[in-house]
Amino acid sequence: MTEHLHLLHILHELQQKHRYISEKSICEVAAQLSLPVSQVRAVVAFYAFFYSTPCGHYHILFSNCTSCGYRAGGTDLLRLLSQKLSVNIGQTRKDEQVSIDETSCIGMCDHGPSLLINGVPLVHLDAEKIEQMATLIEADKPLNGWPPAWFHVKDHIYKRGLLLDSSLSAGDGLRATLTRGREGTLTEIIQSKLRGRGGAGFSTGLKWRLCQQAAGEAHYVVCNADEGEPGTFKDRMLLQQHADALCEGMTICAYVIGAYQGFIYLRGEYRYLLPHLQATLMHRRKLGLLGTAILGQTEFDFDIDIVVGAGAYICGEESALIESLEGKPGIPRSRPPFPVAHGYLGQPTVVNNVETLIAATHIACKGSAWFTALGTPASTGSKLLSISGDCAAPGIYEYPFGITIQQILDECGAVNVQAVQVGGPAGTLLDQTAFNRQLAFEDVGTGGSFMIFNQERDILTIIHQFAAFFAHESCGFCTPCRVGTILLKQGLDKIMIGQGARNDMAELQRVSELVRRYSHCGLGHTAANPILDGLQYFSQAFEQRLTPYDFTARFKLDAALQEARQLTRHDGKEAHLEQGQD
Amino acid sequence: MVTEPESKFIRIDDQEIPFVHGQTIMDATLAAGVYIPHLCHFPGITPQGNCKLCTVEVDGKPLAACTSPAAAGQRIRNNTPELNESRKALTQMLFIEGNHICPSCEKTGNCPLQAMAYHLGMLHGHFPAQFPVREVDASHPTIMLDRDRCILCSLCVRASREVDGKNVFAIAGRGTHASLIVNTANGKLVDSDIEPSDLAARICPVGAILIKEHGYDAPIGKRIFDQHKINEIGLEKIYIAGAKSDDS
Ligand SMILES: Cc1cc2nc3c(=O)[nH]c(=O)nc-3n(C[C@H](O)[C@H](O)[C@H](O)COP(=O)(O)O)c2cc1C
Ligand code: SF4
Ligand code: SF4
Ligand code: FES
Repeated sequence: MTEHLHLLHILHELQQKHRYISEKSICEVAAQLSLPVSQVRAVVAFYAFFYSTPCGHYHILFSNCTSCGYRAGGTDLLRLLSQKLSVNIGQTRKDEQVSIDETSCIGMCDHGPSLLINGVPLVHLDAEKIEQMATLIEADKPLNGWPPAWFHVKDHIYKRGLLLDSSLSAGDGLRATLTRGREGTLTEIIQSKLRGRGGAGFSTGLKWRLCQQAAGEAHYVVCNADEGEPGTFKDRMLLQQHADALCEGMTICAYVIGAYQGFIYLRGEYRYLLPHLQATLMHRRKLGLLGTAILGQTEFDFDIDIVVGAGAYICGEESALIESLEGKPGIPRSRPPFPVAHGYLGQPTVVNNVETLIAATHIACKGSAWFTALGTPASTGSKLLSISGDCAAPGIYEYPFGITIQQILDECGAVNVQAVQVGGPAGTLLDQTAFNRQLAFEDVGTGGSFMIFNQERDILTIIHQFAAFFAHESCGFCTPCRVGTILLKQGLDKIMIGQGARNDMAELQRVSELVRRYSHCGLGHTAANPILDGLQYFSQAFEQRLTPYDFTARFKLDAALQEARQLTRHDGKEAHLEQGQD
Repeated sequence: MVTEPESKFIRIDDQEIPFVHGQTIMDATLAAGVYIPHLCHFPGITPQGNCKLCTVEVDGKPLAACTSPAAAGQRIRNNTPELNESRKALTQMLFIEGNHICPSCEKTGNCPLQAMAYHLGMLHGHFPAQFPVREVDASHPTIMLDRDRCILCSLCVRASREVDGKNVFAIAGRGTHASLIVNTANGKLVDSDIEPSDLAARICPVGAILIKEHGYDAPIGKRIFDQHKINEIGLEKIYIAGAKSDDS
């Protein structure tokens, strides 16, 4: 199968085997796949989970998400483990036993502070567990000898609606599709007014139609299972529990648009789901729901391959995802042309979110009226939410569109709420005055992330974490995003350490608008949202920390002299500056 | 039967200009003698759209002129104070992101980035300098690669592939760690087949790719931007040829 020949998969195997990818390996892989050595080198340098120097035998990546991150429990667990194991963060210990670092949200937000150890999620961290981990690592105990409960990722589903309530047997959607025929099925999807669940909310029926009508040598269906928005984990549950309906949605789409090949692009953080997904594909092939002559229909051939990413949020952007599928760094293409006309290998391609494809299967089965009966006129059906942060029951909730923020907060047991971040860092930061707003594309849109922050949280710290996330995840292709996201993070750094002046808030506003307006893709267009919302609705959080001066430096002079004091070994009182009005 | 292509127009600032199907806004404006500031675009090479200086407002929407197709009836704003102010900020970002040493740089006076800064009225870097640590590659006998000044415009990457037919360069790494790499086993320029006459060796709009032993050949007053303004159309030919005449 092509899966095993994919550049990302070959590199992953090398990374596993040698704990890094050497220059020698890069040249060998380039020769093996007849690729320019620069392309392989660029791919290795682009993806977070490939390293050019050896990682430890235990390679640990703490999630730095505001919900499942290492600071989420109040203690800095990353620092704690680094002290226990005497290893510097971001460096491999001299004996090569261990390396620890942080990574962007790993999608375990309903499981408390979490990490990936050698690629496997370990959840519900606390100080005690860190202590035990340190002992196990020093004793060189293999992971399969660690307490299995540590690795148990349970799906917390608290509210089931349209999709989660109804069950389908494998093949139901496809049989209904064959009965209705190509055009009938497409009409049903269009009439359901299903809009993409990956965030942007583009009409699914229209996307399929545009792709169907686009001329090409081959058509492709891609499932976007890259779920990288911090605070989202509903696709994780869907992939685990509804993989059949997902594959069926892809097959229905394939039938409608005339595709023979589909791909599931799975984020690297969810690699542990791979055996389950492969088993689902095998099973479906056995049932005649994938492969040649599906359900006995000659001329209906379709199969699905899985490609696993390697740690890059930007690969959720559909054209970056396609580049990644093609074995390249995940850099968004310029559009037009759009993927529906010019996608994978330049051919017409549908890219849909996991939830969208599952919804399509249900619509094919139960009809569009079943779907439009719920929701609002412009946002039909239901939406799965990944609720995390300060509430009694973090987990998955399915609501009809149109529900208000306050209703959701009440149901998940959130009290004393200061703010809600809907749609992840790229979405909208809402304060209390907005809790009566509705969840719907025409009001507050979302891909599913719903993060709750109570009164105890420091909003500026949260905004700063989001800014750091975007600076880390910018692909680097365009100037405003590559440089701008760094400047935004640094601007917030300055205010956070108490060196910010009023002028720095104005500067944050200016740079934010520039990044939003001039960037090449959706990442840059939305990266400044938390800052702009923060300046508008939580300006006090910024103002509280400003100095009384009009301008200040980005550093504290006295602190900056520390190195000089160390070098000259003059650390007496006379070697310190008076800090004035501190 | 062949039908005459209908002549179609776009309106840029207050000027109506024609275009033919397949042209980008940049192609159409350059052909009509209208200047849109740009650094990563070069006529004849596939546009990439990464510097974003050429951003114009098309029916109110910001779009990169170099990659956006021209379409009949578009109303485009280009030479406006807001757009030029933003272009200046983007230029400042490019300056502070690298280590630019204009007064002592071999490219000074011949450098489009520097000329752009003058054109847009940039008087200082404004943003905090990032002081990146980047590798210099002096391995090649006649061509020098000083990544300190690279603005990641990818012109050398595209020129090498599309014009020289060689594929010498690529850009690797994510975000602020993005950097220009060389497509050879050890990553050094000396092992590549680049030659000083290649377009890739001459197209760099900053002092990141330099022909050795020709720095400061032209005295002050005789350098390209002593005699030309960056908003002259067709200047690209002059600075490619200009650099060549340094060889003599
Ligand atoms: C930076 C960025 C990240 C994205 N990440 C995802 C993602 O993880 N999953 C997803 O389905 N869509 C993501 N999207 C949206 C996709 O580009 C695309 O719109 C979506 O997959 C289309 O599917 P849908 O129509 O079913 O929503 C992202 C977009 C951007 C700009
Ligand atoms: S906006 Fe950011 S992520 Fe998107 S292309 Fe530009 S640099 Fe890359
Ligand atoms: S070396 Fe010059 S031409 Fe090449 S990417 Fe850098 S700035 Fe552009
Ligand atoms: S010239 Fe268009 S983006 Fe650089």
